[in-house]
Amino acid sequence: MSVAPAVRYQGTIHELQKELMTRYYGELTDIAEGRSDAKNAHLLIAGNPVEILRAFDILPVYPEVNALQLAVRKVSLPLIQKAEEFGYATDNCAYVKADIGLFHAGGVAPFGTVPKADLLLCNYVGCNVYLNWFEHLAELTGSPAVNIDIPFIRTQGGEPTADDIRYVVAQLEELIALLERITGKRLDREKLRRTVDLSAQAGELWAKIKDLTKQRPAPYDAYFDSVTMMAPLYCLRGTEECVSFFQTAYAEMSAKVARGEGPLAQERFRIVIEGPPPWPFLRAFRDLFTRWGAVAVASTYSTVGGLWEFGFRHDPAKPLESIARHMLAENLCNRTMLQRYDQIQRYARDWNADALVIHSVKSCRLFSAGQGDMREHFVHDLDLPTLLIESDLEDPRYFSHAQLRNRIDAFFEALEQRRVTAAADAADAAGVAS
Amino acid sequence: MTGWEQYRDVIEDREFPTVRDWRERTGGKVIGCFPVYAPVELPYALGMLPVGIFGGGNRIELAHADSRFQSFICSIVKSTLELGFIGKLDLFDGLLFHSICDPARNLASVMQRNFAERPAIYVHLPQNMTSPSVVPWFASELRRVGEALGAVAGRPIRDVDMARAIGAYEVVRGLLRHLYALRTEAPERISTAELYTLARLVTLMDPAESAPILRDAIERSQQRQERPKDRIRVVLVGSFCEQPPLELIESLESAGCYLVDDDFLQGWRWARRAVAGGGDPYEALARAYVEDSVHLSTKHDLRRPRAQALIESVKSSRADAVIFLGAKFCEPGLFDYALYRRALEEHGIPHLFLEFEEKMWLYDRVRGEVETFVESMLFTEATA
Ligand code: SF4
Ligand code: SF4
Repeated sequence: MSVAPAVRYQGTIHELQKELMTRYYGELTDIAEGRSDAKNAHLLIAGNPVEILRAFDILPVYPEVNALQLAVRKVSLPLIQKAEEFGYATDNCAYVKADIGLFHAGGVAPFGTVPKADLLLCNYVGCNVYLNWFEHLAELTGSPAVNIDIPFIRTQGGEPTADDIRYVVAQLEELIALLERITGKRLDREKLRRTVDLSAQAGELWAKIKDLTKQRPAPYDAYFDSVTMMAPLYCLRGTEECVSFFQTAYAEMSAKVARGEGPLAQERFRIVIEGPPPWPFLRAFRDLFTRWGAVAVASTYSTVGGLWEFGFRHDPAKPLESIARHMLAENLCNRTMLQRYDQIQRYARDWNADALVIHSVKSCRLFSAGQGDMREHFVHDLDLPTLLIESDLEDPRYFSHAQLRNRIDAFFEALEQRRVTAAADAADAAGVAS
Repeated sequence: MTGWEQYRDVIEDREFPTVRDWRERTGGKVIGCFPVYAPVELPYALGMLPVGIFGGGNRIELAHADSRFQSFICSIVKSTLELGFIGKLDLFDGLLFHSICDPARNLASVMQRNFAERPAIYVHLPQNMTSPSVVPWFASELRRVGEALGAVAGRPIRDVDMARAIGAYEVVRGLLRHLYALRTEAPERISTAELYTLARLVTLMDPAESAPILRDAIERSQQRQERPKDRIRVVLVGSFCEQPPLELIESLESAGCYLVDDDFLQGWRWARRAVAGGGDPYEALARAYVEDSVHLSTKHDLRRPRAQALIESVKSSRADAVIFLGAKFCEPGLFDYALYRRALEEHGIPHLFLEFEEKMWLYDRVRGEVETFVESMLFTEATA
């Protein structure tokens, strides 16, 4: 086997992202520590109405992003264990447990302090755990809470119904009335149109960036580097800063394409990765693929909070309708497993992938429940080499490095073998023909 | 006896004898309903029989489904898929799934892919109970599902049939409420194993046919003369979806508990009172679900926290303790446990946490735990 040397995965966007996120967490900490009287609302990543919050100058707080940051900094385990002492089960989503643990620790994290919510805004988009999570936060914190009910995609055509759109728009109007009461000011509709327009611009750039990985070599890893870009996409969407981050990112990635540069010295395998990453061991996990020169050219995880690569854009002319559409149909979480199969198939075809890697995480059943069926479908119906591996996105106890390495090595060895055999067959065929 | 013993086997039989019998007699179609709550009135209004599907119980070995759903997914999801693989769902013309949890939702997709010939219709249950739009929207959802079922039945649903279907299910729900009240009042007159079997029968029969059985059970239990035993009164929660084996319920009782409230098969007896008649039947059903249903673990009503409802249930049923009997890997149940525990501790109500799997054979350990719990409570009572 031939493995690539160790790589540093840094670039301008990584530095810029760190800077932006430090500033964002600084703003949250200022509220938590009483230096700012800005309002904040806690909400979830999957399709959400952050544009409305931004139009009210309300700061969005994402417990999921906080949880993943805790895992990346390797401090999630004691918090998870704290929650388990309070009665949470080993089988509950560890994002929730880390967040509940963080609440009991006064919200103080290594990257900042999480303020008490002025509003717990549960955008129920696909994941049922969201409902439990925010219900628990409401009980613990006493903050006012509201659920926005997003009907799941469930029609033959894979589209929301007209009633669904009306229902969501009505709930968004009710949310606006509630925010007007909380902030004591009227919504500036013009400002809402502007934030929606900023989301549209960020979406456009993100879609163009995603398109670049169709190139050989792909200029960046659409799993491991996408997560770097996802943080500003979610935490800062609807702001100028977000748009300018994506302008920089697009320029950097396009320049790489022009230079024929990828994230690794050599791109040997193009893969699609399905499922969230193991945050506590992100680097070690990435190295397991880098050794084989495997680069993700597309990933489903990068669409949890929005699917822009297939054409969706927010529309400033119809702000609420387009926010509703984003929440209902244009994100992975609110779409069916079968729509996800189609999405992966499209990636494999249009982004020219050699294989699918399914990272099955115990915490997140939204992603994982039924991934065995997914493997079955891709291997047997579509003849796409598929690897299914298991660990967790937050709980370090479920990450077995040696086991993962064995499985990944065996998979790429077989893939390499398949290539050699295919090349030999092609040569034979050419020999026969000549 | 309420004659319930004869149904013991019927409720666990995955050949669905009562359903086959109904089908042979009527020639009607059959719709399988995954828990927790299904709008059973819709298929019934179309002349089809809605039937509760509760996985494989402890009769089915998983041979295919465990390669599709991982080890950390609850059993009912896998065993329901297995029923499909081994042909036990051939009897069904369509299936209803609902947005109760992430695994059940994904199961609907997996079912649809593997058994494309049998429609898997997905119902989104609303979760914003305070929105003025929720009732009209849910009514529109019920209408949509009615249309999808109409395609299976081969005819459209009529409002008058809908109203009649609501009435038919209202009768059995009313009778179940009566039986539940009877048990709370005098649990020595009707055991939970008995009540459970009868309630389960409701999920497997035409309501017109199960109602006389329930009426008969009410009459017989009212006449029964039984001296109360020295048992503690317990509210049981956590078994709202996957169901424990009947033998496990019997073990809890024989270990010294009178169950005076529970959430078994809760979605089949969801209405707290009769669904208001008149007007648009879809709207009536939607309103009753949003405004007047019992506290389902899969319905998130921010106006009425479930932990508070549990405490109220303990008080109103004069229970001494709570047993949380949760299905292994059932995430909504396990989340609720954390809140229940907090509230129970705050109110000084003793509780016991137990987990079960539908496919369980040995009850000695659970029984031992319950006995110890009961003894400690009776001892505390005696020395207090
Ligand atoms: S189950 Fe998945 S989507 Fe839901 S909160 Fe947990 S990690 Fe997020
Ligand atoms: S037992 Fe729990 S996790 Fe399993 S399908 Fe039912 S509600 Fe979902």
